Amino acid sequence: MKMKPLSKVYTALVLLFLFAPILILLVFSFNQSKSLSVFSGFTLYWYRELFRDAETLKAVRNTLLLAVSSSLLATAMGTAAAVGIHRLRSKYLRAALDTVTNIPMINPDIITGISLMLMFVFVGRLFGAATSLNFATMLIAHITFSLPYVILQVLPKLQQMDKALPEAAMDLGCTPLRAFWKVEIPEILPGVLTGLIMAFTLSLDDFVISYFTAGNGFQTLPIRIYNMTKKTVTPKMYALATIIFFVILALLLISNLSDDDTDRKLKAAREKRKAKRAAAG
Amino acid sequence: MKKLTALLLAAVLLCAVLLSGCGGKTETLTLNVYNWGEYISDGSEGSFDTVREFEKWYAEAYKQSIHVNYDTYASNEDMYNKLSTGAVSYDVVVPSDYMIARMISEDMLQPLNFDNIPNYRYISDQFRSLYYDPENLYSVPYTYGVIGIIYNANVVDEADAGGWDLMWNRAYAGNILQFNNSRDAFGTAQYKLGLDVNSSDPAVWDQALAELKAQAPLVKSYVMDEIYNMMESGEAAIGAYYAGDYFTMLDNQSENVDLRFYYPERTNYFFDAMCIPKSAQHKELAEIFINYMLSEEPAIANAEYICYASPNSLVYENADYADEMGEEAMEILYPELEDFTALYNEYAYRNLDQATLDYLNTLWEALKIS
Repeated sequence: MKMKPLSKVYTALVLLFLFAPILILLVFSFNQSKSLSVFSGFTLYWYRELFRDAETLKAVRNTLLLAVSSSLLATAMGTAAAVGIHRLRSKYLRAALDTVTNIPMINPDIITGISLMLMFVFVGRLFGAATSLNFATMLIAHITFSLPYVILQVLPKLQQMDKALPEAAMDLGCTPLRAFWKVEIPEILPGVLTGLIMAFTLSLDDFVISYFTAGNGFQTLPIRIYNMTKKTVTPKMYALATIIFFVILALLLISNLSDDDTDRKLKAAREKRKAKRAAAG
Repeated sequence: MKKLTALLLAAVLLCAVLLSGCGGKTETLTLNVYNWGEYISDGSEGSFDTVREFEKWYAEAYKQSIHVNYDTYASNEDMYNKLSTGAVSYDVVVPSDYMIARMISEDMLQPLNFDNIPNYRYISDQFRSLYYDPENLYSVPYTYGVIGIIYNANVVDEADAGGWDLMWNRAYAGNILQFNNSRDAFGTAQYKLGLDVNSSDPAVWDQALAELKAQAPLVKSYVMDEIYNMMESGEAAIGAYYAGDYFTMLDNQSENVDLRFYYPERTNYFFDAMCIPKSAQHKELAEIFINYMLSEEPAIANAEYICYASPNSLVYENADYADEMGEEAMEILYPELEDFTALYNEYAYRNLDQATLDYLNTLWEALKIS
């Protein structure tokens, strides 16, 4: 009981450190002046300015386009890869593949970024292209670094799944494909969704790899903000960061709620099955 | 599960559409411009939207639509690295003086066709034939500036202001900001001591290091763009930065802060100029764009937005521009110098040879560790 107030203080401190910077950003996005030290009055001016800034909005659109397409593709490929790895008979092969897919995750971003850029330039030269970096290369780069995170989320779900389930489905007349869609996918869906969300946020977040693989006319938001540092970053960026923070927060809340929901449904289904089996037995 | 399948199919389709979209666009011309971040009037806060206005102007003048891909970079080195891989191709870039010299020596720029840039006549003689492009073949100056010292008059005694000595004044220990990049930081010590900032003699750099080490206990922190907030809020009282940026700080200073500015006797001058890289795909369009940037409306809008000095006589001789900037700003941005070209050629940074650069980096690390 003695620890309780102390641990409360500790939790409060942790939360403060985590959220104070965001809170300051949020408050100063409504500031009338450009200063970060004096709050001179409330205004929505910077939000209006933000929506007039065509180049920044284009950067936001680029970032979202890249994040949505790369995370969807990475999730599809990652799920397929996880299913493949899971079905491997050889223990050693499975361990080896596991390690190989983990390498891009452990590899420092700067190495991934530079090596991808060099590869794109090399291939571009090979085909005699005037410029070798474009949206497609950036998409490949983003899929590359988010793929292992998807696999990492899906594989444990496959391992948790009762192996007898798809077999039972096939016994009852399902084709293997149908058994996969009807039985396996629902079992691993929470993992797939978490992978999708992780891939999305990673892509949204990424600066280093994007920086090296960005081509003509396709700059993402982090690159644009970084490039503002010769002069000052204007408060409209605080406004943008505030909006992004709340959108991500909303996404997170929705995903957590739906996660709980799917978990509950799965549990309920399992209970039902058990009950049926018990009744039959 | 049909939903998920549909989702995946949609994703694949989306990508297919996007990829094919990259190859299309036959009618519209494209111009790729690579400039510093926040270095063009972009329509924010009611200003002139240079890129969009150029597109409109071009469509009207040449009866063909054009799209400008406008990308930004944060430093000369970033731009140089990106360009030298050959992975991207830009039609217009805006490097600083020493980088232009380097790119010319490495055969990365191409000579301009000044027949397409008639507005070059508005660049006055004192801004031509500077060391980085002595024959005026490769570059059209965009902005220039001078480093000066900014101080808070509520903390600093006016009598102490005047030279580089202020940044070494013990009375203001813990109130002084120094550059957080090696070239500029060593520059302050070299200008103070009257040394050559482009020397390849290690002894000169050692001398500057000793001076910086003597200053280190007085320095609050080594900063780049953090200087804005620290000076505006009164957190620090003395720092060197570009004249144009002083006005940004002045606009945002807190009530208890009274910022002032002066030029020390010897100081740094810089130029940023528009150039066309060898890898450019639309050279003539690039020249038309450069010419447009020199015409009155965009030139004035950019000078007001960036707040650095403009070498364009259409700008600095314009009465409305002078009114808009105010008397103090005009005096500071355009100091009356006897021989600008000579001062510039003597004090501007030049490209250092690799051995000197390496030595400078070693010394810089030694300073930051001590």
